[in-house]
Amino acid sequence: MSRITDLQKNLFGGTTSNARQFGMISTLVAIVLLFQIWTDGLTLTSGNLIAVVSQYSYILILAIGMLMVIVAGHIDLSVGSVAAFTGIVVAKAMQEYDLPWPLGIALGLLVGAAIGAWQGFWVAYIGVPAFIVTLAGMLLFRGGNQYIGNADTVPVPEGFRKIGAGFLPEVGPDTGYNNLTLLLGVAACAGVLWREWQARQTRREMKADLAPLWVTGIRLAVMFGVIVFATLRFAGGRIGTSLPISGIILIVLVLAYSHYTRNTIGGRHIYAVGGNARAAELSGVKLKRVNFLVMMNMSVLAALAGMIFVARSSASGPQDGLSWELDAIAAVFIGGAAVSGGLGTVSGSIVGGLVMALLNNGLQLEGVGSDMVQIIKGLVLLLAVAFDVYNKSQGRFSVIGALTRPFRRDDPAAPAPPAAPNSDVDKAGVAG
Amino acid sequence: MTPTAPTLLEMRSITKTFPGVTALADVSLVVREGEIHAICGENGAGKSTLMKVLSGVHPHGSYTGDIVYRGEQVRFHDIRASEQAGIAIIHQELALVPGMSITENLFLGNEPRRRGAIDWKTAQRRALELMARVGLREDPDTLIKDIGVGKQQLVEIAKAFAKDVKLLILDEPTAALNEHDSQHLLDLLRGFRERGITSIIISHKLNEIEAVADTITILRDGRTIESLDVRADGVNEDRIVRGMVGRELDSRFPDRTPDIGEIFFEVRDWTVRHPSSDERMVCKGSTFHVRRGEIVGFAGLMGAGRTELAMSLFGRSYGTWLSGRVFKDGEEVRLKTVSDAIRHGLAYVSEDRKSIGLNLLDDIKTSMVAAKLSKIARRRVIDPVREHRIAEEYRQSLRIKTPSVDEGVVKLSGGNQQKVVLAKWMFTDPDLLILDEPTRGIDVGAKFEIYGIIQRLVAQGKGVVVISSELPELIGLCDRIYTVFEGTITGDVARGDADPELLMKQMTATKKSPTP
Repeated sequence: MSRITDLQKNLFGGTTSNARQFGMISTLVAIVLLFQIWTDGLTLTSGNLIAVVSQYSYILILAIGMLMVIVAGHIDLSVGSVAAFTGIVVAKAMQEYDLPWPLGIALGLLVGAAIGAWQGFWVAYIGVPAFIVTLAGMLLFRGGNQYIGNADTVPVPEGFRKIGAGFLPEVGPDTGYNNLTLLLGVAACAGVLWREWQARQTRREMKADLAPLWVTGIRLAVMFGVIVFATLRFAGGRIGTSLPISGIILIVLVLAYSHYTRNTIGGRHIYAVGGNARAAELSGVKLKRVNFLVMMNMSVLAALAGMIFVARSSASGPQDGLSWELDAIAAVFIGGAAVSGGLGTVSGSIVGGLVMALLNNGLQLEGVGSDMVQIIKGLVLLLAVAFDVYNKSQGRFSVIGALTRPFRRDDPAAPAPPAAPNSDVDKAGVAG
Repeated sequence: MTPTAPTLLEMRSITKTFPGVTALADVSLVVREGEIHAICGENGAGKSTLMKVLSGVHPHGSYTGDIVYRGEQVRFHDIRASEQAGIAIIHQELALVPGMSITENLFLGNEPRRRGAIDWKTAQRRALELMARVGLREDPDTLIKDIGVGKQQLVEIAKAFAKDVKLLILDEPTAALNEHDSQHLLDLLRGFRERGITSIIISHKLNEIEAVADTITILRDGRTIESLDVRADGVNEDRIVRGMVGRELDSRFPDRTPDIGEIFFEVRDWTVRHPSSDERMVCKGSTFHVRRGEIVGFAGLMGAGRTELAMSLFGRSYGTWLSGRVFKDGEEVRLKTVSDAIRHGLAYVSEDRKSIGLNLLDDIKTSMVAAKLSKIARRRVIDPVREHRIAEEYRQSLRIKTPSVDEGVVKLSGGNQQKVVLAKWMFTDPDLLILDEPTRGIDVGAKFEIYGIIQRLVAQGKGVVVISSELPELIGLCDRIYTVFEGTITGDVARGDADPELLMKQMTATKKSPTP
């Protein structure tokens, strides 16, 4: 392969869908740079970055759950309604029954789990397609929100607003920056370094090719650069602002779910079910349980996203969460998941969600109307997936591939030379 | 039919190759007007390919040779062209829309029209005529899914008559039918013969062929072996079987000295119902056993119920379990789910590795460990180093040809994919491996290696069940062979007694054939 793909592979690690990831990250960088120039540097200011995180973190949280749903081969259209329903239940409970806000959060998560169990039951155990179950859920819980809230807004108490509108507090000496955010930045750098070292260690144990040290060096330098830049921006905002609490929740979830989907048995099972449900079942994967849990998990995350949104806007209303499902689904597909399931990563979905978020934000900064914003977002989604589909079909039916196929196929096609079986006898004897 | 009846169809030296395979080599076929012509051969002998050439599924130009039909050389470019010439082919899988009525299906794509709209009155009337011709008594408004397979077959034939058929081709028409429906169909064919309609029938049921056919053409390995006149040549089942299997068994198997222990796996009275049909049993009271170190074969024709038996044993993955018990090491085990089966040391390597054996999105190492992830995990977290090491071990011991275990399984050849699937199940450390068509679509070299792997497994004291449609493979590999016919185990043949003719007889017999 070309040197460029080699470099890509080395810089971005991993084994599958490297090109796709690389493409998405470059798109994200391109969008950031484009808007940075277009808005005369407004995009990358502290204030704007902080706003982007608090404004889009709940969509990104939804994207995590949606990724797992889509990888398993389903879809969830109800997330916006579930978020709104949870929001109103929690707001009402705190307003009318004086529920303390930490218990309110627990209640919200329970509501999400119950809704998820309801939807998961229909999908996994009755076999109703998730599209239908969640379309029904979309209506059910939107109606539920308006029924409980009398189609009115319900305010939430101060303490609860922290999870949506709060920031890391100011502690320690006056450095001109938010100290806790700085600490987080240092921790992130350490984490990246540790992971890189682990990865090299693993590859060494596998006796696999190690990337040259300078490549690792470049990669670390790039990542450190991004982290340091982001840290200073988030820590250096207006006094009292810093990395939003919702951003921290998001980071924790991304790390946890990345780990779960990539490294655990449960994660493997989700990909197996989406890749080939019958094969997974015949390998001992409990199909129904996986489908149930994936749907349930999505609703819990939707409930969390709903609460963060309510906290941020300080009240729960009947219009909360409208068309969130579409943003979340778009993020996942832009992030490289396959419509047919079995493919996709949490990190890809986050990048896809960030592409959408920064596009939105940049266009808004430029004063582009919401009509044009929607048109552009629609086109980006279409083109991103079309590009992917086109690439894949090229992989299968490329002209060069078709021309060289007869030569490459000769290995199974050629009649085995008469001597081959005999020489194999000796080898088999040794092997046996 | 008179012996001097004119020739309706002649196919001359048809050769058809697919990349890497010669499906038909210089095949000739002569069909006379008004006869019932049977084509016989083992699975993969080229019967279906020949019919696809005739009906234009493989268009003119994709094969060499001539087709002369009704005195003229014809070149069909698609199935429509052959239909227009009056050739109708009825496949094993019926091409009917289940949710539409009989009438709608009969005229699908061929609807009688009146002023731009479908003329349902005419359609109804003609439907009744057509149904009468095939002896189908049903309300023409009945939906296809509400009538049995036998009647569906009749609708298919009536549909052919709607297009004015001269030559009717039936591919395994009775495979899915019960005794009564089969008999009706055969009577129908005889009736067509009276009226001068020519039929070609492909069937594995030799007793039926013997009863109904005028002429039999036997194919083997893509070649015409012989054409027999049933009456003049005094043909019987034995004669057909000899033609079908009469090849030399070459030494394509690694040497092995069997070391067979005691019975450790036993199935008693295993009865399973078809998943969608209440009256069809895919396994009828099957009883069999496997000894340690033994390779046990299951011989049977396509649709005999071997795969269904295996899959229903493997955690009830197929059909509805009705009765039967499984014993392992003398104790009864309940295998209600696939995980139960895996835990009790069963492994099932499916016949269709692409659609149900592998996740084609996976890479090699992920595939290999997929059936027992707990073995490479600590507290549910997968250890990538162990995964990689294990995959490497299998890559070397099974000699899988790949630059790296990180490659996608789609990139592998059929033989190497099969080795990955074998590795996947060897990794679960099973006591009994059920291998369903383990060498289908695999070249000779890889076959030999897979036989070697199987022999190594039994040498470790495991039991292996091999389901195969290739008799030479079973005879060469197995210590004992069960024959299966229509869901019933019809024979238990020891290695020394196994010969193709005997097996073929038991695989096709409706009644238990006398042991020679």
